[in-house]
Amino acid sequence: MSFLRRTLDSIHPHVTDGGKYTKFYALYEAIDTIFYSPGDVNQGRNHVRDAIDLKRVMIYVWIAAMPAVIMGCYNTGLQANQVMASLGVTEVAGWRGDILTMFGIGIDPSSVFDNFWHGFWYWFPIYATVFIVGGFWEVLFASVRGHEINEGFFVTSILFSLIVPATLPLWQAAIGISFGIVIGKEVFGGTGKNFLNPALTGRAFLYFAYPAQISGDAVWVAVDGFTQATALSVAAQGGVDALVSAGFTIQQSFVGHIAGSIGETSLIAIAIGAVFLLATKVASWRIMLGVAVGVLATSLLFNLIGSETNPMFSITPQWHFVMGGLAFGMVYMATDPVSASMTDTGRFWYGVLIGLMTVLIRVVNPAFPEGIMLAILFANLFAPLIDWFVIQANVKRRELRYAA
Amino acid sequence: MDLLSLAVKSIFIENLALSFFFGMCTFLAVSKKIETAFGLGCAVFVVLAITVPINNLIYQNLLQEGALAWAGLPDVDLSFLGLISYIGVIAALVQILEMFLDRFVPALYSALGIFLPLITVNCAILGASLFMVERDYTFTESVVYGAGSGVGWALAICALAGIREKLKYSDVPDGLEGLGITFITVGLMALGFLAFSGIQL
Repeated sequence: MSFLRRTLDSIHPHVTDGGKYTKFYALYEAIDTIFYSPGDVNQGRNHVRDAIDLKRVMIYVWIAAMPAVIMGCYNTGLQANQVMASLGVTEVAGWRGDILTMFGIGIDPSSVFDNFWHGFWYWFPIYATVFIVGGFWEVLFASVRGHEINEGFFVTSILFSLIVPATLPLWQAAIGISFGIVIGKEVFGGTGKNFLNPALTGRAFLYFAYPAQISGDAVWVAVDGFTQATALSVAAQGGVDALVSAGFTIQQSFVGHIAGSIGETSLIAIAIGAVFLLATKVASWRIMLGVAVGVLATSLLFNLIGSETNPMFSITPQWHFVMGGLAFGMVYMATDPVSASMTDTGRFWYGVLIGLMTVLIRVVNPAFPEGIMLAILFANLFAPLIDWFVIQANVKRRELRYAA
Repeated sequence: MDLLSLAVKSIFIENLALSFFFGMCTFLAVSKKIETAFGLGCAVFVVLAITVPINNLIYQNLLQEGALAWAGLPDVDLSFLGLISYIGVIAALVQILEMFLDRFVPALYSALGIFLPLITVNCAILGASLFMVERDYTFTESVVYGAGSGVGWALAICALAGIREKLKYSDVPDGLEGLGITFITVGLMALGFLAFSGIQL
């Protein structure tokens, strides 16, 4: 390793003040701190020692997303292989087929191995594109504006790759992540300074700009020309009865063998990620609890009101949890510490707002089958205001206490 | 139930600030602090909740075609006087509001400064009155619509002020500082408010 240290040290004078390549200092610094702890010492009087820094928080989220990646790849492959088996297709078309044949991988839907690798070649190109394009913007802004390269885009890119359909064209993935990173984050000064979740901003942008490739029935299963309705759109047509008669079960949706965006279908994988995030205290349990309470209360309320024309009113809370991206959004997106509320009480109410809005959009808004994406963006807008109310309430309480 | 859905519609779905971009000048200028934004939101709410019903009465009883039948003039159509009458009502009311605030809430009066008289020409307020005429609201509906739009606008400006207080800690590029980043912020807020577009009540 001393070779690496020597190389880095020999580059150091060129990128610091007086060197030829000072523009690239951010890149140098990022690579250096990946391999070594920074040697900087404190200059002022204040000194905070904490083992958990931004880098570790971000890497933890990235690790927590891994179960969802693995299940997502497996499920994408499974859905495609099942459909191909039933249609009698024996070969995967295009370059994915070439790669699979090269490694001698079949397309047997009963083989976990085959399913995983087939799905992997759908997820990986999206992730690679998103990572390279997102990384490009991050490095560009860091170099020009002189801030450090943040690991925020690791998280943004992996989450973004998990909330899009497997068939998303790669150029759209690139445009979406560019909007999310540049307009959603970098114009405000980078990680920690934005007010909307960048991955969701990018996805919402794609959703409104190119609805054909990111919504509807044709995009969820990675087989050309095959349409498969998601659980949510089936439910919007005929409620729980339609779900059951279309062959959806709670167990199956819980494991994740249903059509949907890459990483959002399996509750088991998301639950593993959630346990990891909660155990490491990276994610706030108050937000997750708030979302759960919000969904439960709102969906029970709709059950109670009932409706003759809108079957979504009768969807029970447990179905709400297993369908669509609710669980994924609740665990990975809503808990984003930057765009959520900062106060503890505020976090709970912020979660409740997300849960309420999600069910509200799903049930009464026929324009959008899924609500969690816009619900989180909407709650992001009100997060600072919620904090303000919590702080004002606290000020009032203390004034009363000291007045007595 | 119709009135309730009209209220929801005017607060969220057809939010004056974030889906029609009405009242942008004050919206962008007086949203640096939550307290001031809240005060302005209340002022706009009061003006909207009073002027829309009053304008409704004027329109229904004086200006509409055939409205003067009670005076023996069934053929007279004075609706071309609409714009000037609505502006007159709004201006008079803002004047009263200004005197009221000066007397009772001087802190808010000085914080709002020039933007208080500017409510007179705030497009959100005239816009609400014109929507009321165009959509043929009854008196009760116009009360609900005026109050609802006011609440929606106040909610939007409070949310924007909250975000801008948070953005004080951000590091915006020089060229975008101030109004530039606020425009981007409002655009992103409108993206969030799209959650409601398409709701049919």
